[in-house]
Amino acid sequence: MESLMAIAIGILFAAAIYMMLRRSIVKLVIGLMLLSNAANLLIFVTAGMTRGAPPLVPQGLTAPPGIVADPLPQALVLTAIVISFGVLSFAVVLVRRAWEIVKADDLDKMKDTDT
Amino acid sequence: MNPQIALPILIPLFSGALSLVFWRSRAVQRVIAVGGTAALLLTSLWLLVTVNRDGILVMHMGSWPAPFGISLVADLLGAIMVVLTGIIGFAVALFSLATVGRGHEAYGYFPLMHLLLAGVAGAFLTGDIFNLYVWFEVMLVASFALLILGSEKAQMEGAIKYVTLNLVSSVIFLVAVGLLYGMVGTLNMADIARRLATLENDGMVDVLAMMFMVAFGIKAAAFPLFFWLPASYHTPPVAVSALFAGLLTKVGVYALFRVFTLIFHHSPGYTHEILLWGAGLTMLSGVLGAAAQFEFRRILSFHIVSQIGYMILGLALFTPLALIGGVFYIMHHIIVKTNLFLVSGIVHRLRGSYDLKKLGGLYKSHPGLAVLFLIPALSLAGMPPLSGFFAKFIVVRAAIEAEAYGVTFIALLVGLLTLYSMTKIWAEVFWKATPPEGDIVPFPAVSQRELWLMSAPAVGLAACTLLIGLNAEPFYALAEASAAELLTPERYIEAVLGKAEETTP
Repeated sequence: MESLMAIAIGILFAAAIYMMLRRSIVKLVIGLMLLSNAANLLIFVTAGMTRGAPPLVPQGLTAPPGIVADPLPQALVLTAIVISFGVLSFAVVLVRRAWEIVKADDLDKMKDTDT
Repeated sequence: MNPQIALPILIPLFSGALSLVFWRSRAVQRVIAVGGTAALLLTSLWLLVTVNRDGILVMHMGSWPAPFGISLVADLLGAIMVVLTGIIGFAVALFSLATVGRGHEAYGYFPLMHLLLAGVAGAFLTGDIFNLYVWFEVMLVASFALLILGSEKAQMEGAIKYVTLNLVSSVIFLVAVGLLYGMVGTLNMADIARRLATLENDGMVDVLAMMFMVAFGIKAAAFPLFFWLPASYHTPPVAVSALFAGLLTKVGVYALFRVFTLIFHHSPGYTHEILLWGAGLTMLSGVLGAAAQFEFRRILSFHIVSQIGYMILGLALFTPLALIGGVFYIMHHIIVKTNLFLVSGIVHRLRGSYDLKKLGGLYKSHPGLAVLFLIPALSLAGMPPLSGFFAKFIVVRAAIEAEAYGVTFIALLVGLLTLYSMTKIWAEVFWKATPPEGDIVPFPAVSQRELWLMSAPAVGLAACTLLIGLNAEPFYALAEASAAELLTPERYIEAVLGKAEETTP
């Protein structure tokens, strides 16, 4: 299962970088979305995948018996998803405003700030 | 309980929330801005005094014991950085009163400024690597919004580059944190350091170190990852530029210092060698970029890049003297760079332009302003007896002692080229006669009160520069103590986790 996930994450990263290297700013934002999702999945997998073993302590014991899933990466992923959602929605609005002002969907035409 | 650790984070958060409550009243927001940043400055000084007296302060959030909960840790480096945040926050808040327009204030300039300060202070004080990521994001989101206040064409184009590269850096940071957690199963930086020391798996540790280096290198604008900075820093209102120039890249530098002294210090032959080359090329490419520019704020932006090189050089050499130099350089640089941006803002307000070719004759009309420019400019170039001289002197001397002659040569050459850039600004803006086609008359005309309000923070920061330069001894002692702490990470680990007793995960 882990190796399958690893391959999927690799494909996501590759797709993200491919999209970000396009000249269109809309594709750039799509690339950023894929990138942050790939990162979220990667954190999810790092601690190992455990099926059907919630980290609950049964009554009368002080530690859960046997191997249980690690809850911490899931909390991290939740935080990371919320943050990336906020930042990406900003990026979408930014791209829309940039398109309105610059009148171009082409990074090669945004050269006012270089020179 | 040590409330002074949490206060530098809570005060800006609270002031930001309060400014949001008074969304419609500009007057109240201005009062909160000055009051909140002044309170931040005072509590940060309190924190520094306490840390200097009692050693590393630790506060466990929600009273969860160390490796499980989030800890706030204030060692000397963190406390120094927070004090600098307070100084810059206060100076920029005063400066914004005069320069930030009605339109910017109506769209939430002050709440965003407080949020940015909270993110910066949080990043300096956290002892948890994922929490560091969260503070980075708080800071970034606030900076995104500040960067595009006003929605001009150049701002949009600059913001796209800034947002993209900073998001990529955040993702790399996040992936590195995830992989690090997969390896050691903890997020507390002290705990990570202790467990990595017992780990045999060297190759993976180096890969992670490189990922952190790239992530923080983008934030710190180190070679070859600095291109977002000169593309965006000259576009927002000048108060925002000054705030960014002083604080944002330095958060990246701080993170590099923290991670590469506390966590990844086991194979300096590999990681610190790369940092050394990065530092040399950062200095050189930044200063050469500046030499080609003829726009006030773009020159200063490129100089941020080149100065970052000196700080990283201090870290890369990794000797006690070099670390002292790095910390001293950060103290000197944050104040000087913000001051230069403030002066550029005053010049723009007086003459309506940032273009060196259109400016001129300011020495004749405003000699006081010329002196105000010379102090930080000569300090940046490293003229004795100003603060930059001591900062450069310590770093260069450490480089010679470490027998890194190539990098020493670059550092000295870059000092000279910095002087060239500063004399260029001096000659074009202040010395030469006013060009006939230049000088757009500013609108509305500058009132005397406004001029005083703009100059006051610049004068204050120039006084700080003079103080560090003429009375370098206590600042050197502070840098020395903080370098000693950085070189013995055991003290940090012990302060966070308690005496070395094994806790089971």
